[in-house]
Amino acid sequence: MAISWYLVVSALIFCMGAAGVLVRRNPLVILLCLELMLNAANLALVGFSRMHGNHDGQVFALIVMVVAACEVAVGLGLIVAIHRRRLPIDVDELRELQG
Amino acid sequence: MAEVFFFIAAIGAVAGAIGTVTLRNPFYSVLALVFHLLSLAALFLLLRAEFVAASQVIVYAGAVMVLYVFVVAYIGGGDQPLAGPVGPGLKAASALFAGVLFVELAIAVLGSGLQAIDSDGAPYAAGFGTPGEIGAMFLTKFLVAFEVASLLLLVAAVGAVILARRRSGLEIPGEISVADVMRGDRGVLGDAPAETMIEAGGPAGR
Repeated sequence: MAISWYLVVSALIFCMGAAGVLVRRNPLVILLCLELMLNAANLALVGFSRMHGNHDGQVFALIVMVVAACEVAVGLGLIVAIHRRRLPIDVDELRELQG
Repeated sequence: MAEVFFFIAAIGAVAGAIGTVTLRNPFYSVLALVFHLLSLAALFLLLRAEFVAASQVIVYAGAVMVLYVFVVAYIGGGDQPLAGPVGPGLKAASALFAGVLFVELAIAVLGSGLQAIDSDGAPYAAGFGTPGEIGAMFLTKFLVAFEVASLLLLVAAVGAVILARRRSGLEIPGEISVADVMRGDRGVLGDAPAETMIEAGGPAGR
């Protein structure tokens, strides 16, 4: 398969993730949609790595996985802290930081 | 044959993404994302990235998703409406935005003028994408990135424990002020009588 097919699939998944971040209100699902976007970027990176025939893109994809794992850990910690304080799990209700 | 596998995996990945975005129960969203990640690992295998595919399955579909499932079970997400009281207008605008973004990305990718983009990629060299090759890259060319990633993981683990530990928070919100903390009148982080490491990180009087 030509590399461009992989890149188009990656773009499609990225756009779905972006739409999910905009539409959904549950922060858990927003984190899931962020994962979708990061994975789409990973697919493009691995595709370019295959295109050039060197490993740099794959190493980059692994680093992106590490960063995504950190983001999940901190994000889920925040959601658990929100839940412990009996605040609503809803990004539209949590607007204390809004100016 | 590679075409058949590509289309199966790509349709699986896109279907998993659609399920993640549209399913109302967060638990089902997590399961759809697991399906998406497994399909994506198949795509990585087609791109000859064995180690990335294996770590995708083990780290993502295994460890990270278990964390998600535990938190969803703890929170008890339940069924929630897809769009809020703002109504279908925001939904339509978001879908439009996503469509425009896809068109733009497709134009950017396909019109990039890269000559190899319509080929099957570089000729396959033996050992491409194996753990040995990736490990050699990590320990030579990308050593700084590797060390920074390990430091980042440590910081994230400590931060997650601090964020999610059991506490009731401040008794009265706004009771503690930055000026008090600077003067030293009010207890600062870490002065609690600590029995465990987790408790040692928080203010007294919980």
